[in-house]
Amino acid sequence: MSLTRRGLLAATAATAAPFSARAQRPTLKIGVLTDLAGVYQDIVGPLAVECTRLAIADFGVSAKGFDVEIVTADHQNKPDIGASLARQWYDRDGVDIIMEGGSSGVALAVAAVAKDKNKAYINSGGATSDLTGTMCNAQTLHWTYDTYMLAKSTGGAMVKAGGDSWFFITADYAFGHALTRDVGSFVEQGGGKVLGKVATPFPGTTDFSAFLLQAQASGAKVIGLANAGADTINCIKQAREFGIKATLGGLLVFLSDVHSLGLEVCNGLVLTESFYWDLNDRTRAFSERLKAKSPARRAGMAQAGCYSSALHYLKVANDVGVGKFKAAGGADVIEMLKKMPTDDDVFGAGSIRPDGRAIHPSYLFQVKKPSESKGPWDYYKLLSTTPTDQAFRPIADGRCPLIKA
Amino acid sequence: MFMIFGYSSALLFGQLLLGLINGAFYALLSLGLAIIFGMLNIVNFAHGALFMLGAFVAWALLEFLGIPYWWSLLIAPIVVGAFGIILEKVFIARLYKLDHLYGLLLTFGLALVIEGLARNQFGSSGMPFAIPPELQGGTDLGFMFMPNYRGWVVLASASVCLVVWLIIDKTSLGANLRAATENPALVQSFGINVPRMITLTYAAGVALAAFAGVLAAPIYSVNPGMGSSFIITVFAVVVIGGMGSIAGSILTGFGLGIVEGLTKVFYPQGSATVIFVVMVIVLLTRPAGLFGRGGH
Repeated sequence: MSLTRRGLLAATAATAAPFSARAQRPTLKIGVLTDLAGVYQDIVGPLAVECTRLAIADFGVSAKGFDVEIVTADHQNKPDIGASLARQWYDRDGVDIIMEGGSSGVALAVAAVAKDKNKAYINSGGATSDLTGTMCNAQTLHWTYDTYMLAKSTGGAMVKAGGDSWFFITADYAFGHALTRDVGSFVEQGGGKVLGKVATPFPGTTDFSAFLLQAQASGAKVIGLANAGADTINCIKQAREFGIKATLGGLLVFLSDVHSLGLEVCNGLVLTESFYWDLNDRTRAFSERLKAKSPARRAGMAQAGCYSSALHYLKVANDVGVGKFKAAGGADVIEMLKKMPTDDDVFGAGSIRPDGRAIHPSYLFQVKKPSESKGPWDYYKLLSTTPTDQAFRPIADGRCPLIKA
Repeated sequence: MFMIFGYSSALLFGQLLLGLINGAFYALLSLGLAIIFGMLNIVNFAHGALFMLGAFVAWALLEFLGIPYWWSLLIAPIVVGAFGIILEKVFIARLYKLDHLYGLLLTFGLALVIEGLARNQFGSSGMPFAIPPELQGGTDLGFMFMPNYRGWVVLASASVCLVVWLIIDKTSLGANLRAATENPALVQSFGINVPRMITLTYAAGVALAAFAGVLAAPIYSVNPGMGSSFIITVFAVVVIGGMGSIAGSILTGFGLGIVEGLTKVFYPQGSATVIFVVMVIVLLTRPAGLFGRGGH
């Protein structure tokens, strides 16, 4: 049957929209759902909200004849809280799109709500590549990075550089195991060997020296850190303390982590991000504008991604016409977003694939020595770039149900 | 090197030593908890937050005033201890006549507030804090590389524990303390200012937490959540040792550090749980804890 209640409602809304648009300036409501006071606060958090605001300012919405309102909420890294906030926003508060949207667990939960309510959702901070793989849907985009991108860039490059035997320190939950699996397969494809791994309890592990010594005892050339945030920080700090000779592979390290560790401790660390403030003229220009609003911290990729996604959303809204855009269902909005190529100061030129993956280059960085750093936040040097068409998992390998073979 | 249960002895000895190092933190923290519980009958859930404050004070002293680590070992416990006096006078003193549960709820709430404020101010990823230059590097023990700083942690913690135990068990001050725990009214009638003694005891327990915090700063990241990851484990240590037992909490702290260290070799996934398994077994067989003297 082609006539559904939802379709009927959408059609009614679409015909009603032009009249209401005439009555007052249309307002797009963006909900930034993020970790405002938890372990990932510095990776996304308040600065992600600030980046979204900057996109609105840069786009100059007020001159374009519509308004944008931002609401924020804290999902506390709990999928159930994230999902119920999303439901409330979509149903009651008239939020048009949810952005940022948190770490892997929350991201998958919100994506399910977005699908259920047929509302738009763009994730920036989440890592899991399942968002555009087996769990993909027509209402969700994954913007900034994913586990596959990290695995390919960091894992692949380190094997090429001679790191052909690996030992993993894996955070004992879905994210850690997924990352270990993805990196492990790149290591083996590159002719390297995985000598072993140790699963560390998450959360609740603060001392990693025992695991680091096991890794060292295995004789592996590279110790892969399949964890994030405070776990990674503790691993790096303690590896330095115990004089671990093996190279550390930080599989998910953000600029704020490096800032927190200090160059003294983490110089030499190899990591992947899709954005760095000092990468080129455009990223520097973006960072200067952001600095005017938030002088204390520089954005990492997950925060900068919020700027990029919000800017693209506003461009498309303006292009399509805000009245029509607001009236469309989530799947239609996402479809419109996918059609227009992306281009902004953060990621440069890129595009969005049918499976919901926004694509752009990924960069392999090495953390500078204290003597190489010219000032605060001058932390990375670029080792290599993976071009846009190779940075992410090929669509066919993702088994996304939206893609018909 | 020989093999034990299929593991090289080097690895096992290494883990034993690492366990001892972690045990040093457990011992220091549970000692403070035991003192506070023994004297004030308060289950001090704010202990982890005060441990974190100790580390942050050390960081702030270095960052803003250039005061090195060694002075922080002295200054941070005093600063945090003074803060503890304010907490005791303003909040905790009102709860002595009430059930344990109220003290637990109050201190838990205080911990949330302190951690939340710290998170607002400093973010969640923490601050860098380097190992003092005198203790950088390490010694090759043959079976493992022993960082000098870790050796210092065990030494400092064991000596502080010993001194505190001696004070409480062997001096007249300690005797007064213990007497005031049993019968405050009687001790008061001998002309000893019991309320002040209680306040100072709380400050001392808190100062121990801050001392542990300074010791931990160069090893772990100095972040607002660093205390909450320790505190649950430390409570288990106190329960296993016997609530309020001074010697019990010290010995159990070191012992459980070793148990945990060995678990990290044989079954790493269980290393966060093993202490609680021990706790269950101890509570089933000796409800007052290993060193406790009968139930209250």
